[in-house]
Amino acid sequence: MSHTEDPSGDRRDFLYYATAGTGLVVAGAAAWPLVNSMNPSLDVQAASQLRVDVSGLSEGTQLTVLFLGKPVFIRRSTQDEIEAAQAVEMADLVDPDARNDNLPDGSAATAPDRFIRPDGAYGGDFTAEGGAWLVMTGVCTHLGCVPLGDGAGDFGGWFCPCHGSHYDTAGRIRQGPAPRNLQIPAVEFIDETTILLG
Amino acid sequence: MSGIPHDHYEPKTRGEKWLDRRLPIVGLMYDVLMLPTPKNLNWMWIWGIVLVFCLVMQILTGVLLAMHYTPHVDFAFASVEHIMRNVNGGWAIRYIHMNGASLFFIAVYLHIFRGLYYGSYKAPREVTWIIGMLIYVLMIGTAFMGYVLPWGQMSFWGATVITGLFGAIPFIGEGIQTWLLGGPAVDNATLNRFLSLHFLLPFLILGLVIVHVWAFHTTGNNNPTGVEVRRTSKKEADADTLPFWPYFVIKDLFALVLILVVFFAVVGFMPNFLGHPDNYIEANPLATPAHIVPEWYFLPFYAILRAFDGEVWVVIAANFLTGGIVDAKFFGVIAMFGAIVVMALAPWLDTSSVRSGRYRPMFKWWFWVFIVNFFVLMWVGARPAEGIYPYIALIGSTYWFAYFLVILPLLGVIEKPLAQPRTIEEDFNDHYGTDHGKPGSGSATAPTPAE
Repeated sequence: MSHTEDPSGDRRDFLYYATAGTGLVVAGAAAWPLVNSMNPSLDVQAASQLRVDVSGLSEGTQLTVLFLGKPVFIRRSTQDEIEAAQAVEMADLVDPDARNDNLPDGSAATAPDRFIRPDGAYGGDFTAEGGAWLVMTGVCTHLGCVPLGDGAGDFGGWFCPCHGSHYDTAGRIRQGPAPRNLQIPAVEFIDETTILLG
Repeated sequence: MSGIPHDHYEPKTRGEKWLDRRLPIVGLMYDVLMLPTPKNLNWMWIWGIVLVFCLVMQILTGVLLAMHYTPHVDFAFASVEHIMRNVNGGWAIRYIHMNGASLFFIAVYLHIFRGLYYGSYKAPREVTWIIGMLIYVLMIGTAFMGYVLPWGQMSFWGATVITGLFGAIPFIGEGIQTWLLGGPAVDNATLNRFLSLHFLLPFLILGLVIVHVWAFHTTGNNNPTGVEVRRTSKKEADADTLPFWPYFVIKDLFALVLILVVFFAVVGFMPNFLGHPDNYIEANPLATPAHIVPEWYFLPFYAILRAFDGEVWVVIAANFLTGGIVDAKFFGVIAMFGAIVVMALAPWLDTSSVRSGRYRPMFKWWFWVFIVNFFVLMWVGARPAEGIYPYIALIGSTYWFAYFLVILPLLGVIEKPLAQPRTIEEDFNDHYGTDHGKPGSGSATAPTPAE
């Protein structure tokens, strides 16, 4: 049947497009649960918090825990490390952003915005004497390797062996191909010796 | 099925006629097997059969391995060792499967380069070429996911780096990465789905192989001269061709036997030569191997991925023009996938009307530089990204793109091709003489000596 000579062509066209459109929507609606089944399952989502006992850490030692499939470095920084981090000029930093999930976006990568104080807060006033903790996701921001710690690299902090990125004592990128500072996850002191991640 | 005139299947017995009226499957198989094939095909035309053999071998050994393998982060590594030590003949099945992937890729690269040299991608065989490229992409995916299954250090960190590429896509990258992994990082969910897909994709490849064969049975095979088989009469077609069975089947099987001698020497005496020792260390998300390298067959593309860092001017320009959306990491990802896309577009980028590189004096040089460049990229992909290596990778990547985007389009305009033989029969007689029993004197001058 030719379309041009069919007086009811408009109606046919409408029916055709309406049917095809409905079919597409139904197919999409049926496909979505299948696609969504590949997203993180409930147990994976439920594992999005972790309590870490840090009572065993003394100054200058660190702990690596596996959180959400990635290592998290928890370091009780020494006074020297904190002072070294404070002494760095902001202009010397490759990435001036704090990369801290506990602070508003765009916070500067100063020492107080990178170290967490024993009272469990970031930012504000800060003295090295009080001691501080450094909690970071231990994943190099270049291609996802795990940097080596305990004063490794040219800046006394971390060094990624894969492609040679150097991080300083506050986990800030200083040299090498990595574009960003090591990320600080959401972290909270729930009592003096327990850290809650996530 | 084929457009070349030839004899078709005639059911003779009552049983054959009975079946043929209901399902003409014997006729279909007869046409596939008796396909008129250009009689001047050289030894570079054996790789198709080698590839089919590889696919069947990988599916067979893979199904057997899956019967003994456990896709769980706590048991995967141990279950591979269980296959190696406890399963009857398990070590052989696993080593065949492992090295079979390498043979598969050696064959596919030679098959692709054959197509590039003799212009097999040109009209009317573009669809064959595109399907071939799809098969190649599926092979890459299958091999990548298969390499994750033993759950060694290279498995884990290779998977982390490669799935991280998807995270580089602006805006939606992280969502896609999480969706692919089934969690925030490579973990049990990832391992499970990789096994599922590693099992599925070879069967999709098998389906595409059938379409690939169908496509070139419709157009007829290309041949070293690039000259079409004459179709004007059956007599002329017969002068240009021989039936696939038995002439080419036996030739291909002979080549396959020689290749398998080498293959089983590798499987038996140096099965881990092409692997990486770090993959015999169980995956550990807390420790990165010092130097992450993919399997050898991915190295040229890995080199292209890493070549475009933040100091290359095109990357800086792209970053500026897109307002920072396309950063160095995403640019590298685009370049890596783009390298395959430009190759797939070769039928439309090559402007020369001459198919075979044998009659293209300038093309030959650029082609061999392309081949050498492929191996340079493979070599540099295994080196650390420091010192002189990124520059070599950048030059090599630039040549890869220039070959398809600049050289192939320009050559067709500026090159003066040599005279081609008028028919395949003429070429055949030039090389082998009219007496089919004796090799002719002309074969010494052929670029690739044939039978």
